[in-house]
Amino acid sequence: MERDTHFVTGVYEDEDVLLKAITQVRSSGIKIHEVYSPYPVHGIDDYLGYKRSRLPIAAFLFGLLGTTLALTMQFYMMKFDWPMIIGGKDYGAFPDFIPVTFELTVLLASFGMVGVFMVSTNLKPWAQPRIFDLRITDDKHVLAIDIANNSSMELAKIEEILKSSGASEVNKKSFE
Amino acid sequence: MQVTSSVREPLVTGGKSYHDVTHDVSRHVEAKPNIRWFLAFLTSAGVLALGSIAVIATVWEGIGMWGLNKTVGWAWDITNFVWWVGIGHAGTLISAVLLLFRQKWRTSINRAAEAMTIFAVICAAMFPVLHMGRPWLGAYWALPLPNVFGSLWVNFNSPLLWDVFAISTYFSVSLVFWYIGLIPDFATIRDRATGLRKIIYGALSFGWDGAAKSWSRYESVSLILAGLATPLVLSVHTIVSFDFATSVIPGWHTTIFPPYFVAGAIFSGFAMVLTLMIVTRKVYKLEDYITMGHIELMNIVIIITGSIVGIAYITEFFIAWYSGVEAEQYAFINRATGPYWWAYWSMMTCNVISPQLFWIKKIRTSIVATFVLSIVVNIGMWFERFVIIVTSLHRDYLPSSWAMFYPTWADVGVYLFTFGLFFTLFFLFAKFFPVINMAEVKSVLKSSSDKVNK
Repeated sequence: MERDTHFVTGVYEDEDVLLKAITQVRSSGIKIHEVYSPYPVHGIDDYLGYKRSRLPIAAFLFGLLGTTLALTMQFYMMKFDWPMIIGGKDYGAFPDFIPVTFELTVLLASFGMVGVFMVSTNLKPWAQPRIFDLRITDDKHVLAIDIANNSSMELAKIEEILKSSGASEVNKKSFE
Repeated sequence: MQVTSSVREPLVTGGKSYHDVTHDVSRHVEAKPNIRWFLAFLTSAGVLALGSIAVIATVWEGIGMWGLNKTVGWAWDITNFVWWVGIGHAGTLISAVLLLFRQKWRTSINRAAEAMTIFAVICAAMFPVLHMGRPWLGAYWALPLPNVFGSLWVNFNSPLLWDVFAISTYFSVSLVFWYIGLIPDFATIRDRATGLRKIIYGALSFGWDGAAKSWSRYESVSLILAGLATPLVLSVHTIVSFDFATSVIPGWHTTIFPPYFVAGAIFSGFAMVLTLMIVTRKVYKLEDYITMGHIELMNIVIIITGSIVGIAYITEFFIAWYSGVEAEQYAFINRATGPYWWAYWSMMTCNVISPQLFWIKKIRTSIVATFVLSIVVNIGMWFERFVIIVTSLHRDYLPSSWAMFYPTWADVGVYLFTFGLFFTLFFLFAKFFPVINMAEVKSVLKSSSDKVNK
């Protein structure tokens, strides 16, 4: 049996039942592949033991890059490359450079972070996602378990645990 | 886990289940457009076509087509620019500021409000671009590009250049924010569809899989984007107001401009959101999602920002007198009693008096009154910009050059063009995109629906 192709899935109707089920399934020693929901379930990361996303760090670093680029560009152009007296002010009129610096900081932070998000989540127009159940974008939560990853436990046992945790359906799903 | 409050009004009425939310929003994307939509779309496309005659004339002949003269060098163009940018502000305020303040009621209106923002900014950008006269050379004037003069750069000391950066950043960040929110909803439509629609919405959904990990990152991104967009939205109208405030024209040279412009922008933006949403909820039968509670809350925002604007007008007047500067005093007396008195008093009536009617609960919970007042507010906000710009310019330091401004057919036509553009884009959005953020509404549904709450 190949890894990452054969799954057993539990379908849940309610987010609170789902969160309890995650705890129950994990404590019985089953490794959860992933949980799919139609909307962000508050606190699900903690139940699944996911670490906090590092995207804010990416945003900060891109923002810092934006600040640096903006200030370098403006000082280079206005003070060194072609100095001009404007309004009797210093060539490097720092306060005048703040608005553009702010805008470029925000621009690079946003685009940088969203870029990282799209790469890390594999979001692209031609992406072919694995859909465990068509209803996960409508009204059902699906808890997927990779069978090969839990070979120490019998399939029937896994299905029984899912049923007892409150799943309304237990299905099998295979991908090519 | 969600906690149900027995005190608060439910955010979504009608005991909707998760599937009802999906169905109520998606069916408008899936159904064939009805005759009313076609009529509305064709009307706005017609206005767009008619207005484009004025745009072509302006580009072909030059801005001499407009009614500008040597004294009044800025008039309808920049009035319309500031007006449209201001309208755009409500979308970002709803999606970013209210997200940071954890106002859950924003979930049913943020999608349409953000769409409105993007379309309004496109309309706004038309005016400075056309005012360039030769827009095809605009990149050299607006962007720091190397050129034949051995890199004579753009002037980073100029607020007009700051505007270029502010508006383009605002537009692109709003667009990204809006699109990130659309991705999970496009996936919903993809999973309901077959055939060509599945392929199109599949591509638009960027392969969204709804995994907990993806949602976790999605929420991170939304929060940080909201945190970035909040100072951004304040900076945009601040910088727009710098176009005037950093000049030495009496009536423009005022430090109160940034907060006053931002408050005015939110004021007019919420009015436009109400105008659009009252029609959308009626036509699409979304009264359970955009409830009276939403309308009332938006009206309260209008009272607050309208009062800030009113106080700003009075403060400006008082400071003009208190400054002891004769030119400044004259500029303000001339506004209220000079040849443009009618514009000034239209502004005062529409912006200062009319929003105060919302203190009466009967009026702020009446659909008809809200709809009428939302249009009145936007008329008033247009006059505000007209008053600030034209009345400050038309009587300058030299009485021999005093003049009046009269709009030409091209001024009117270009303004009409932006209306056509705005509504054409909005109707396309309302047909092909989910007008309500389904995923986010579902995430607040539990605290508002008995059917979901077990």
